[in-house]
Amino acid sequence: MTATADTLIVTDLAADRGGRRVFGRVGFTVDPGGAVQVEGANGAGKSTLLRVLAGLLPAAEGRINNPFVTALAGHDTALKPGPTLASELTHWARLDGTDGSAVAAAAAAFALTPLLELPAGFLSSGQRRRAALARVAASGAVLWLLDEPDAGLDTASKALLATAIAAHRGGGGIVVAVTHGDIGIADPQRVQL
Amino acid sequence: MIFLILVRRDLSLALRQPGALLLPVVFFILVAALFPFAVGPDARLLARIAPGVVWVAALLASLLPVETLVAPDVADGTIDQIVVRGIALETWAAARLVAHWLGFALPLLIALPVAAVLLGLPALGPLALGLALGTPALAALPLLAASLTAGLRGGGALTGLIVVPLALPVLIFGVADAPGALRLLAASSLVIVALTPFAAAAALRAAD
Repeated sequence: MTATADTLIVTDLAADRGGRRVFGRVGFTVDPGGAVQVEGANGAGKSTLLRVLAGLLPAAEGRINNPFVTALAGHDTALKPGPTLASELTHWARLDGTDGSAVAAAAAAFALTPLLELPAGFLSSGQRRRAALARVAASGAVLWLLDEPDAGLDTASKALLATAIAAHRGGGGIVVAVTHGDIGIADPQRVQL
Repeated sequence: MIFLILVRRDLSLALRQPGALLLPVVFFILVAALFPFAVGPDARLLARIAPGVVWVAALLASLLPVETLVAPDVADGTIDQIVVRGIALETWAAARLVAHWLGFALPLLIALPVAAVLLGLPALGPLALGLALGTPALAALPLLAASLTAGLRGGGALTGLIVVPLALPVLIFGVADAPGALRLLAASSLVIVALTPFAAAAALRAAD
């Protein structure tokens, strides 16, 4: 029991969508600083696994021990088109209880600083993806759940993503990422769905 | 505090689209303006039906914003971001209710004198008080309907069927000219307002 306070433990996890079993018997254990790379074909249930881990969907079977504050970057970026990127990020940072310096640092980490005063609706899809990642980074959460975080990113941005993940793990953070192929995560545990 | 942050956010998003705030009000005035044309210029008849007309117009106007109340937040992942932060959907729904009420009821009350003139309403006070008490319910029921239909394609058509029957008590006590009607109006409005955040949150959870 001593290890459970600071370890993400997933045991025999299964999930159903629309009455059908999407995946079953998924299990892994991650300590602070660790990373899990979830791989699998389209429709194998990778996004479903992330949503179950995020608490957005119920698990059909199994157990999740997640003692960490969690942040999610899903397919939907949850950016409203009207407000500036800065005010969008600041709004979520307020809910997370972090301050403006966290937003500034996260924006800088994803090269968004020049875009902060633009309305979020003007951003390209890759820039929106980076904004969603910056929101995760600014949240101060320990566990990052990233759903295909490299989708739509150019080469330079992919490098920024890899750097941000490495820095987060270096600070004791945990990353669970759904990917198709490597995105520069060092020594990940691989979970095949 | 989370609740206040959410209310502030909703209000600032609403103020960015003044057109969306004005639409129900313009609709409200148009419906009120229809009646003198429809029933003729009989001032006494108009004055007698005026409270009922105002209430029906307000109820119909409350249905207009339904499609923008919840569905966009489900579609763009905002709800996911709320849930993943451990914020109760009840809190989110209550904040949305407060912000929506401010954005819906205040303009409506400001437009009430215009409707009163169109209908030749003798005394504005009681009706304004009644609407102030009843509009929380008229803000809450569309929020509930919007939560129930958020995942459905073309769910907007259903909302009238959900809202109108549930709004009947508010309408009845709002129009009634009996002693104690205002209290019953306040009571029915309060019940609807108190239940809506829980019902809306349950609907959103069940939809996933």
